[in-house]
Amino acid sequence: MSLVNFTAREITCKLVYYGPGRSGKTTNLQYVHGRVPESRRGRMVSLATQTDRTLFFDFLPLELGTISGFTTKFQLYTVPGQSYYNATRKLVLQGSDGVVFVGDSQARRFDDNLQSLQNLQDNLLAQGVDIRQLPVVFQYNKQDLPSDLILSHEEMDDALNFRAVPSFGADALHGHGVFETLRGISELVLKRLAVGASVA
Amino acid sequence: MTVTLNPLYRFDTLVVGAANRLAVTAAKAVAEAPGTVYNPLFIYARPGLGKTHLLMAIGHAARAINPRLTVEYLTLDEFVEAFHAAIAAGHGEAYRKRFHDVDLLLVDDVQFLTHRREMQAELLRLTDALQAANRQIVLTSDRPPAEIEALDDRLIRRFAGGLIIDVSAPDYETRVAILRRKAEERRAAFGDGVLEAVATLGIDNVRELLGALNRLIAFQAVSEKPLRPDEARLLVGGGAERGEAINGRHVVEGAHSPPAPPVTAAPALAPPPAAPGFSEFDDFLSEIAATVAHQVDAWRGKVGAAILRWQGEGFRTTQLEALLAQEMVADPARALRDFEEDVERLQGMQTEAAALAPALAGSAVFRDPADLGAAREVLRQAREEGPPPPAPSPLWRLDALVETAANRVVVEAVRAVAAEPGQGYNPLVLVGAGSFGKTHMLHALGIALAERGGPVACLSAPEFTGELIEAIDRDAVAAWRGRYRRATAFLLDDVHLIADKDRTQEELFVLFNVLIGAGRQLVFTSAVPLAQLAGVEARLRSRLEGGLVVELPAPDAAVRERVLALELATRLGTADAELTGYLASRPADSIRAAQALLQRVLEAASAKGITPNAAFARALLEEPPTDASAPRRAPGSRSSGIVAAGAAASRSREKMVWEWPETGERLIEEWR
Repeated sequence: MSLVNFTAREITCKLVYYGPGRSGKTTNLQYVHGRVPESRRGRMVSLATQTDRTLFFDFLPLELGTISGFTTKFQLYTVPGQSYYNATRKLVLQGSDGVVFVGDSQARRFDDNLQSLQNLQDNLLAQGVDIRQLPVVFQYNKQDLPSDLILSHEEMDDALNFRAVPSFGADALHGHGVFETLRGISELVLKRLAVGASVA
Repeated sequence: MTVTLNPLYRFDTLVVGAANRLAVTAAKAVAEAPGTVYNPLFIYARPGLGKTHLLMAIGHAARAINPRLTVEYLTLDEFVEAFHAAIAAGHGEAYRKRFHDVDLLLVDDVQFLTHRREMQAELLRLTDALQAANRQIVLTSDRPPAEIEALDDRLIRRFAGGLIIDVSAPDYETRVAILRRKAEERRAAFGDGVLEAVATLGIDNVRELLGALNRLIAFQAVSEKPLRPDEARLLVGGGAERGEAINGRHVVEGAHSPPAPPVTAAPALAPPPAAPGFSEFDDFLSEIAATVAHQVDAWRGKVGAAILRWQGEGFRTTQLEALLAQEMVADPARALRDFEEDVERLQGMQTEAAALAPALAGSAVFRDPADLGAAREVLRQAREEGPPPPAPSPLWRLDALVETAANRVVVEAVRAVAAEPGQGYNPLVLVGAGSFGKTHMLHALGIALAERGGPVACLSAPEFTGELIEAIDRDAVAAWRGRYRRATAFLLDDVHLIADKDRTQEELFVLFNVLIGAGRQLVFTSAVPLAQLAGVEARLRSRLEGGLVVELPAPDAAVRERVLALELATRLGTADAELTGYLASRPADSIRAAQALLQRVLEAASAKGITPNAAFARALLEEPPTDASAPRRAPGSRSSGIVAAGAAASRSREKMVWEWPETGERLIEEWR
């Protein structure tokens, strides 16, 4: 997917929220959805299982209007976190312009986080994308839980963020850190505009 | 009527927050390079959010950068009023001219264009004219162009072609910052939390906010105790109901999404439970807009800067200007790189061409990257023609020649040649011994001929031979010949030195024929009378003799006196007639020898710190040289008498007499 289409004068950013199941990816999108004026947001498509888990993916289109002559659209996606939906994850990941890795801060989910990150790396690689070349930010969700249950922001950074990309602590349920994360990934993605032709 | 810019409305007095960051960034970009980036710039915002402040700040900043810039600020009403007055007075054209000549036009409150068809047409014309002349126009309104009732579509398109940007209401942090800054300016101090409490009231109109601050200041002035936050809130009052309903207005205009609703309808857009959170999205949106604008429009800034830079260096930048005229360029970085590469090529070509033909230095053909072909053609010609032949030395001038009875014939002949080259004496051959002034005369004549235009070749015979050898060596004899054949005059010093140089003579012979045939002037000097020229081919000698051969007499006392007087006047400002007369009367077989005498006198006089005169010169030149004339060493500055001749001289301590025995004056007396 092109980030910038100079002919149609359109900027389209596909941002994918990735992470282990139940880490709060859909919650992120729901919070954003609730804060966007109706005129700016499209219908949030969410295909969930009976137990409210994401079956396929969530999709939230955001119309940011015309910025500097470009119709700017953000498309926020989540992937199903459960390990058996890898085909869907690969599909959603295709053509993504940036990835938010939503980690679960609970200590007991430590391995799930690592596994999911490894899975992200593998899936990107399968599409010929080097994760080092793709804008990625980390969000450590559920930081509001009692401190004895969770790893701190620093500990999560130590465990996952070895490339020192931007990372945000969050409590997606109450919105803390949600827009900060979105802003973080958007800035990273949009800064690639400066690359010019390579993204055209 | 044009309002003077309010000196308080500057960028540094503007509080920048998320709500106005993009607008301020764009305004600064416009102020830094009017007419090159966002043109027109259209800023819209509800009243009291700083439109006028921004507009005037642009004017101040632009003027600070370029004081010669003509900046005009006026409200639309004034614009209309001036138009009506001009039309009534029959000065419509003068009115137009007034605005067409403005470098930066700032028009406030254009929402009043509603239903004013004639003014819309006028503004359309003006916008087009200003844009065409790369002059900047900035407009403000309380609503986006599309919402100005009955506004001409063409105007809307013009505005959209530049940048339309809005200033939304300041967020809480900005409101606190504004209150703090203004309180500081008013030198009013408030207790902790007071200003913050006022900021939470959600007064999103900056003017109202300042009104609230005034109220606080006034009450605090008459109150004995400092205001408490809750009192402040009560005092300003009614703010709680204002809420944060400032939504639906964003920094960007959604051209494809439904237009932003009018201000009054704004609260209706906000879903009640999510209302406070909207500012989160607003902040997000404004930051994204700023990033996109920065990234997307960065190329405009870069191209604008490149235009200024290359125009400053004298290059034509039509290609870059064409880029700016486009709304979008597929790959601006590449276009810029291509342009700069073309400029580099031009610079390289110009350097080479200037070395080949100095007249090409600074030629306009090397200033237009859009037409490299023309530059290449000129360079190709310059390469074919090669560098110009050696020119005469500008040190010697014909009018500085000293004319006496003895050399009158020569001087007259030279003047005749200078007046009508190639017409009369061709070739002219000056014969005379060394130091008689042949070279002087040759170069002076060369300069006079060069002033008539065209390349004049003036060099000595050994130089001519040397160049030929080099050309043979480089296999470039044809180019070398071309250089001389294009000369409008050819002056060769010391032609007798071509003796026994067969190839030189052959080339000279051919050149002679070519130039004579083309009516060009030839001048030669020779230290040997032509009849005695040995080792020179007869055909060449006969050709030399075919023109006018004049003999330079040895410079007599009169010539020497004139030359010395000239030189003395140059060096001392005045010429002592007695001194020059004396020096000229001294035996000297050449001008140079007379000049050496003068030099000696001047140096001696300078050493003594006096102005030389005839008596001094006589004493210096006629007294037998004695050792007494050598400067006596000052007492106390004794040395071994061994003077180190420089770095290479022996400085061995063993070979130096470091301590000279105290012999006083005795030794010198005995020595005498």
